[in-house]
Amino acid sequence: MKYMLLIYTADRPAPEARAAAMPAWIAYTEELQRRKAYVAAAPLAEPSSATTVRAHSGKRTVTDGPFAEKKEWLGGYYLIEAESLDQAIEAAAMCPAAKYGSIEVRPIDEM
Amino acid sequence: MTRCNEASRIERSFREDAGRALATLAKVLGDIDAAEDALQDAYLVALERWPREGFPRNASAWILTTAKNRAIDRLRRERRGREKLERLAALEIAAPSEDPFASEREAMAGVPDDRLGLIFACCHPALALEARIALTLRTLGGLTTEEIADAFLVPHATLSQRLVRVKRKIREAAIPLDIPPPERLPERLADVACVLYLIFNEGYLASAGDRLVRFDLCDEAIRLARVLMQLMPQEPEVMGLLALMLFHHSRRYARTDGTGNLIVLADQDRSLWDREAIEEASALMTRAARHRAEGPYQLQAAIAGEHALASTPESVNWKRIAELYTRLAAAAPSPIVDLNRAVALGFAHGPGVGLRELDALDDSMLIDYHPAFVARADMLERLGRVEEARSAYGLALTMTQNSGERTYLQRKLEALGPSAR
Repeated sequence: MKYMLLIYTADRPAPEARAAAMPAWIAYTEELQRRKAYVAAAPLAEPSSATTVRAHSGKRTVTDGPFAEKKEWLGGYYLIEAESLDQAIEAAAMCPAAKYGSIEVRPIDEM
Repeated sequence: MTRCNEASRIERSFREDAGRALATLAKVLGDIDAAEDALQDAYLVALERWPREGFPRNASAWILTTAKNRAIDRLRRERRGREKLERLAALEIAAPSEDPFASEREAMAGVPDDRLGLIFACCHPALALEARIALTLRTLGGLTTEEIADAFLVPHATLSQRLVRVKRKIREAAIPLDIPPPERLPERLADVACVLYLIFNEGYLASAGDRLVRFDLCDEAIRLARVLMQLMPQEPEVMGLLALMLFHHSRRYARTDGTGNLIVLADQDRSLWDREAIEEASALMTRAARHRAEGPYQLQAAIAGEHALASTPESVNWKRIAELYTRLAAAAPSPIVDLNRAVALGFAHGPGVGLRELDALDDSMLIDYHPAFVARADMLERLGRVEEARSAYGLALTMTQNSGERTYLQRKLEALGPSAR
């Protein structure tokens, strides 16, 4: 089964802090690869760079945002392969961001 | 034998074995709903065939085999789940024993027991707490959806929806119907114990409604704790959990008067306490102690045991109880444990000490917890500070909806006499 680990964090750390955290993220990714759990991953740019697109009833609208007043925002994701939710939880708990943010574990709907 | 008798015999067989058959099917199918469907199919066949052909010698194996075949039929019809089909086909159920004198235990020998995995899945922390309680009662207890809804005073449709949602989550998120790995076992076992104890407590002190005690939920919780004990016979905390329930349950006939009003421990008729339950609990505590792995349930049971084994209210060893609460506060910190420790110290060293301990508590966590005000009122009353006691009882009265408790508090207020002001 595949699970999406959605990483939510409060603030984006300063560039120096991000650089300092890099080895932990690389180690995490390598650990997932070693367990044959890694499928894909990406960090996301800040929500201020977001654009919302709709094409309801053939009419395209493009707007700035969203800027929901949220304490935590989606900062990135890992797509992983796991046998069960318990395995996915183990993988989520090892994520560096689990120490300061929160990880939402969502199974992929395999239609 | 009449058809009606056969039907009730089949129903009894269902209540006794359904949990076990359901657990095995659910594990193979990874889906509680599909397991329930297959099991229901099998019982429909039983209802039709057993009255005609006679009750099979090994009803459990018969039911499981029939359910397995029905599940295979369903999967083939729906053209899905090749892996599940393979796992189902590989499920071995020993042939029913031919010995007519085989005991029930021998008759069950060929039927795998996967209930422990089902218990862990039902009590999984990824599920909402009320859903865990309902699902555990539905799948492992013999309770129907209606019985559970009535016990928790929620509409049948609400509970039924809750069960549908939780079973869907188990299926879609692939919550394993299996025993967790050893490194996760202690914390997951604590989750299971928590659900069983919540079921017991809901029965012991109903949070709403007119009956103070609902024996059915207590009995069910004890039955489930016994199942857990049978499945994990070497876990001292499981022994502690069962002992704790039994110590409390031993006072069930003494805790309320004829009209359902609460009788506090000190005023209870001790001859009404269930000696057999107390002895069983004490034996469990002795067994648990040999493992030398003290935990929150053993400590709570030890405290309940101090009360249960005292022959008079005066002979209760409050110093020992206070010491047990100190250890419990270290093992499982909680403001309620701190409160109980303060109360025990009050009984051990006098209400003045107790009141000082109560004042020292962090009361931000206890601001709407009425037992905190009852404890304060009691100590003030014993110190002769009647007016302060009156206002504390009054506050407690505004915080509980249980009618038996309300009556108790009103009586305490009346016993203080008319207000001086």
